[in-house]
Amino acid sequence: MLEIKNLEINVENKKILDGISLEIKPGEIHALMGPNGSGKTSLSFSVMGHPKYKITNGKIFFNEQDITNLTADKKANLGIFLGFQYPSELSGITIRQFLKKVSDKFNPGLSVKEFQNILGEKSEQLKIDESLISRSLNQGFSGGEKKKCEILQMSIIKPKLAILDEPDSGVDIDSLKILAENIKKIAKENNTAILLITHYNRILNYLKPDFVHIINNGKIVMSGNYNLAEELEQKGYEMVVGKNGN
Amino acid sequence: METSFLDIAQTKYGDKDNIEYFEKFPKGLNKEVVIKISKLKNEPQWMLDFRLKAFEHFLQRKMPEWGADLSKINFDDISYYASSTEKVSDSWDDVPENIKKTFERLGIPEAEKKFLAGAGAMYESTTAYHKLREDLEKKGVIFCDTDTALQKYPELLKQWFGKVIPYADNKFAALNSALWSGGSFIYVPKNVKIDLPLQAYFRINAENTGQFERTLIIVDEGAEVCYIEGCSAPRYSSQSLHSAVVEVVALKNSRVRYTTLQNWSNNIYNLVTKRAYAYQGAYVEWLDCNIGSAVTMKYPSVCLMEEGAKANILSVAFANSGQHQDAGAKAIHIAPNTSSTIISKSISKGTGKSTFRGLVKVLKGAKNTKSFMKCDALMLDKNSKSDTIPSLQVYEDDVQVGHEATVGKVGEDQLFYLMSRGLSEQEAVNMIVNGFFKEFIKELPMEYAIEFNKLIQLEMENNL
Repeated sequence: MLEIKNLEINVENKKILDGISLEIKPGEIHALMGPNGSGKTSLSFSVMGHPKYKITNGKIFFNEQDITNLTADKKANLGIFLGFQYPSELSGITIRQFLKKVSDKFNPGLSVKEFQNILGEKSEQLKIDESLISRSLNQGFSGGEKKKCEILQMSIIKPKLAILDEPDSGVDIDSLKILAENIKKIAKENNTAILLITHYNRILNYLKPDFVHIINNGKIVMSGNYNLAEELEQKGYEMVVGKNGN
Repeated sequence: METSFLDIAQTKYGDKDNIEYFEKFPKGLNKEVVIKISKLKNEPQWMLDFRLKAFEHFLQRKMPEWGADLSKINFDDISYYASSTEKVSDSWDDVPENIKKTFERLGIPEAEKKFLAGAGAMYESTTAYHKLREDLEKKGVIFCDTDTALQKYPELLKQWFGKVIPYADNKFAALNSALWSGGSFIYVPKNVKIDLPLQAYFRINAENTGQFERTLIIVDEGAEVCYIEGCSAPRYSSQSLHSAVVEVVALKNSRVRYTTLQNWSNNIYNLVTKRAYAYQGAYVEWLDCNIGSAVTMKYPSVCLMEEGAKANILSVAFANSGQHQDAGAKAIHIAPNTSSTIISKSISKGTGKSTFRGLVKVLKGAKNTKSFMKCDALMLDKNSKSDTIPSLQVYEDDVQVGHEATVGKVGEDQLFYLMSRGLSEQEAVNMIVNGFFKEFIKELPMEYAIEFNKLIQLEMENNL
């Protein structure tokens, strides 16, 4: 479904991704792990189409369509979702207003009442407080509230591919469980493929990856199955991938 | 045709009305013009004297050079009085057909029926229509054009006219004082609370004209009123001048909310002086929204005269390409235990420029003053300009005065976030802009909020 071929990315004339290739099939869960600054978020932004991330080489395909140069909105409408590590705030627009607008794109024909019902149901599943829905999007939210709000958006959008950038960082243990269960549920219902960026194994206990990739210095340096994540947890990046990550 | 107070269609198509004028002065400004206006109106001597003194002051006073560029105003290329109505009507059927059609297109008669307690409509220099709901008339409320008020209520006029804003306040207050015509006069008797807004609409039709309406609102003890003014004009390539003076007197424990939705066409210089006196326990609010005009200079003010007086000023500006919105607010704390809030929201787009000037002045002795001023500016394009010039002048120690300012551009990351949810770039920017103005929109009556949103959307699409 997603095919990244030899992707090279520059930001402000500095190379930050150096020939990434990755293939993800429908329904698969891929974990992407790596030290800080290794290129995890850069990869997610590049796939989604952040204008600052210039593609200097390589191609991205989604369901056999070349999407290398599409803008983020076009990619979103094809079924790609990005759960942000640091979601932006939007002053004066409530979650409800925002999600109504988003929902109109992905669930055309839904009545206001139907939308309200779905929103109510999904926020309850995520244990998102009713009052949060009427607040400005992400403004003054706690870490856990922001991450839950990202997954709430995912549940409305029902993407074919979800890139989730550290949905577990800044989140307490109870929330982590709720988040992971909801991600699993949404993915199962929609056969969503997931590229999960994380530092920790805990979330992988809930969302067992089919593949684990280690990224370092803008390159995928090792790929394996779930065991690789466990090995990483025990030994650390340096021991597993070598001092220079090569 | 769809009606719209903010004249959305006019902004797009710029039609003008074909009407006949009973009186239209040739271009040019001199003492004779002032005398002729006063004579036409059959005014008492004191008003003519006031006009002449004001005119003298206007001639002596220099053009203000601290604000927007006014150097292109040519006072000799403007006609200072034009009248197309013989009298003020209290029935739309008596308003000349073409003028009535214009106000119908603007939705005024319809709005009056649905959600207003009274309406006035001014066309060029004179008032075409003015009407107050009967039950309010019976309670002693006065709502008429200021010319009629001068004839019918000379004592009230003599007591308050030019007292809140003296003719020597600034050059354009002097010009208005010399040439004023039309505008609203409101008197709300003690303890009368008017449930629905009163509205006045100001329309300039001809090019190279000046409109100088004069509004005086007196709200007696314990009384309440909301007043809304809207304005528009067809678009011309040559300049016109709109210079109003608005005086508000809020007596003990009264409440006044004055809302302005300014959508003049982009050839109009809009230079307006607005000030309120808030007496003991009175609450004055200015909601001032500037979307149209070539240049606006306007800083609604409240003087907090006695203990317990409160002021709330919300100033909103949208400066599109070719426009300069130089707007703001002033709160002058004269008495102890007074409070004020000033919030400004401005957006500049394309080559538009917005300037916020805010002044909070606390005089010696105004103990326990509380004041908060906040200005947020948002620039949408790389050529957009924004200045914020807040000023705090505090001559008393026992005060709580706060100030916040943010100046921002629409961020690449914020746009990317919204676009990753399937919104186009335009939809994403519109959403950011709507959110930015929310504090203002939520204060508007629903009908006006809808209009405001539509107009902002049009401005967003409109790349001049």
